[in-house]
Amino acid sequence: MANLSLTKVPMPEQDPNVRNRNFDEVALGYTEEMAKEEATRCLNCKNRPCVSGCPVNVRIPDFIAQVAQGNFEEAYQIITSTNCLPAVCGRVCTQETQCESKCVRGAKGESVGIGRLERFVADYHMAHVSDPVPSIEKNGHRVAVIGSGPSGLTCAGDLARLGYEVTIFEAFHKAGGVLVYGIPEFRLPKAIVQKEVDRLEALGVEVRTNFVIGKTLTIDEIFAEGYEAIFIGSGAGLPSFMGIEGESLIGVYSANEYLTRVNLMKAYREDYDTPIRKSTAVAVVGGGNVAMDAARTAKRLGAEKVYIVYRRSEAEMPARAEEVHHAKEEGIEFMCLNNPVRILGAENGEVRAIEVISMELGEPDASGRRKPVAVPGSEHEIEVDTVIMSIGTSPNPLIRSTTEGLDATSRGCLVADENMATSRPGVYAGGDAVTGAATVILAMGAGKTAAASIDKYIKEKG
Amino acid sequence: MIFILRKHAVSGEQKNFAKCFSERMGSMFKIVTKRQLNEAVTLMEVEAPYIAAKAKAGQFIIFRIDEYGERIPLTIADTDPARGTVTIIFQAVGTSTKTLALMNEGDFIQDFVGPLGNATEIEGYKNVCVVGGGVGCAIAYPSAKALHNAGAHVDMIAGFRNKDIVILEDEMRAVSDNLYVTTDDGSYGEKGFVTNKLQSLIDAGNKYDLVIAIGPIPMMKFLAEVTRPYGIKTLVSLNPIMIDGTGMCGGCRVTVGGKIRFACVDGPDFDGHEVDFDELMRRNSYYKAQERESASHECRMLAAGNAAKEEQKNG
Repeated sequence: MANLSLTKVPMPEQDPNVRNRNFDEVALGYTEEMAKEEATRCLNCKNRPCVSGCPVNVRIPDFIAQVAQGNFEEAYQIITSTNCLPAVCGRVCTQETQCESKCVRGAKGESVGIGRLERFVADYHMAHVSDPVPSIEKNGHRVAVIGSGPSGLTCAGDLARLGYEVTIFEAFHKAGGVLVYGIPEFRLPKAIVQKEVDRLEALGVEVRTNFVIGKTLTIDEIFAEGYEAIFIGSGAGLPSFMGIEGESLIGVYSANEYLTRVNLMKAYREDYDTPIRKSTAVAVVGGGNVAMDAARTAKRLGAEKVYIVYRRSEAEMPARAEEVHHAKEEGIEFMCLNNPVRILGAENGEVRAIEVISMELGEPDASGRRKPVAVPGSEHEIEVDTVIMSIGTSPNPLIRSTTEGLDATSRGCLVADENMATSRPGVYAGGDAVTGAATVILAMGAGKTAAASIDKYIKEKG
Repeated sequence: MIFILRKHAVSGEQKNFAKCFSERMGSMFKIVTKRQLNEAVTLMEVEAPYIAAKAKAGQFIIFRIDEYGERIPLTIADTDPARGTVTIIFQAVGTSTKTLALMNEGDFIQDFVGPLGNATEIEGYKNVCVVGGGVGCAIAYPSAKALHNAGAHVDMIAGFRNKDIVILEDEMRAVSDNLYVTTDDGSYGEKGFVTNKLQSLIDAGNKYDLVIAIGPIPMMKFLAEVTRPYGIKTLVSLNPIMIDGTGMCGGCRVTVGGKIRFACVDGPDFDGHEVDFDELMRRNSYYKAQERESASHECRMLAAGNAAKEEQKNG
């Protein structure tokens, strides 16, 4: 008999007023009992709508059935047969718009907590089972993967399991891409990312850090080194600024810089040399997940006031509801329907305030969301000493400008077909480098598709 | 080995440094030559064959000493593709460069990535004046060399505060048709600033089609003012604070011609007549206060390192 509770078993969390002063993980994870109880909410539907919502095709009802019976390791094996990063996905995948949005239980009440169960299973495995060294027969073909973010790691993992000799080229000194420089420790502990990377290395994947493709080596030089196919998962690219007065004042960051200083370069820790501004009041401009991450990070670094400044209303915010909820719990103040006009500096060149103008919602625009329109004469100042711009990115030119015959859109995103093939034979691309900034799971799905395409390409090539 | 230096600084979560060190050995970069050019300026040749094979004048690397270090950009002073080495010349000014200066031949730098940024454009110039200020001469030198090798007539002005800190004189002389050394106090070469020297060369009838200026920000700013009335194209090499060096963080943004540009992917060379130097100066002082705050801590660290080295020597 299925568990008919309309709500998910609640996720234990750190108290908001404690966690907004530390960088430890916010969500603490299910216990075995909680996991088993939540698993019994799954109806094990025959037509498996949830699986159709998963970009990496996790056999969701199968793994949940094992969890319900307490066979956690069996559940793990089912998940990892199609998803090589379960501990990451269980934490940062947008399940509410993927698998969980298709869950039949969601029609009345809450969907099954698929993400929470995935996280539990991955954590259980990490805590209790030491991975045996897998014996995979190498097929003698070499593939290069550019970038070690979610798409690159997924592509590399799938190819390694098929017997390919995979080398990942990473520009930074550490593998993980946005999982290590972008997403904060309190949402995704870096030790977990490292364990996932370690598992890939145990599969035989070689990670070469400090390699900037387009600079240290070009795509053509990688082919010349004997690689037969290349996957480009180089990420979203350059941070955008608004082009308003004052964006170069001291105390203005892009979210990318702010988060990289804290996450990758560990500015929040005494033992690291990385400096970061000691802020009292911070305005984060933007309404996406990255804006939430930046705001919650600023709070943890000791800012008394942290504002989200967003030009539309909360209903239009692109951030996950869960992130907005967590941010509010932690004391982040939302100033929706406000658009920055300029950033004001003190005489010493440091930020002293941000001037915003009130907005109201008009007719729907091209995105289908109601267009924000400025209310004339409503300019006002918010006193802040730090401004973090989190308004999106534009594609990085390094690879496309050094690779002949690699087509890009007018915006600069790489062009890839439904099999992730680019205009260059043997070159595949996916993730944010193709789509512009999107989610971890969509990038992973692209990496997975590309791995299958590369396998087919090399086999057919003979 | 420099890595022992950090041990005392690690609070909380203690790291097993030896383990960390050996695990990363494969990706580390060996210092094969070290030469002290003056009291504060050090030259190092570092084994980095991929970078050595690719680097062109004007490009830079980013290094990180160890797990706890910052990512610091340095312009490439020279390369030896045959030996697979990259030459860096740096002044010990912050935590990372001071620690790097303490490292020796045979030691390893944990991370060394490049060549980043765009190469200096040298095509099509016939008569060039390359101006270096202080340690900036280390960056001006490869540009002068590239232009000289491309067949341009190269005049070089190298300015220093005084005789004691003059560097690379022979190297610069070898790649220029005329080398003019100036010192602020007249203790060596001609007394005066590089701006005066450039003005006098222009006044003497030299027709330059390009001036390259590399040095302290005020020097580049005033040099650009010297050439502006004559409409001589003037390139400056900018050194903003940077993290990734590949266009991801936006920390190195500079205002050029009223537009935001990223020094790492759009530069580091820019039109000196268009750069907002005052803003760059402000932004580069971003963390000065914090650097000062940590200075006492840092001095103890360096002292501990020196003591450890003494012990090694004596023991």
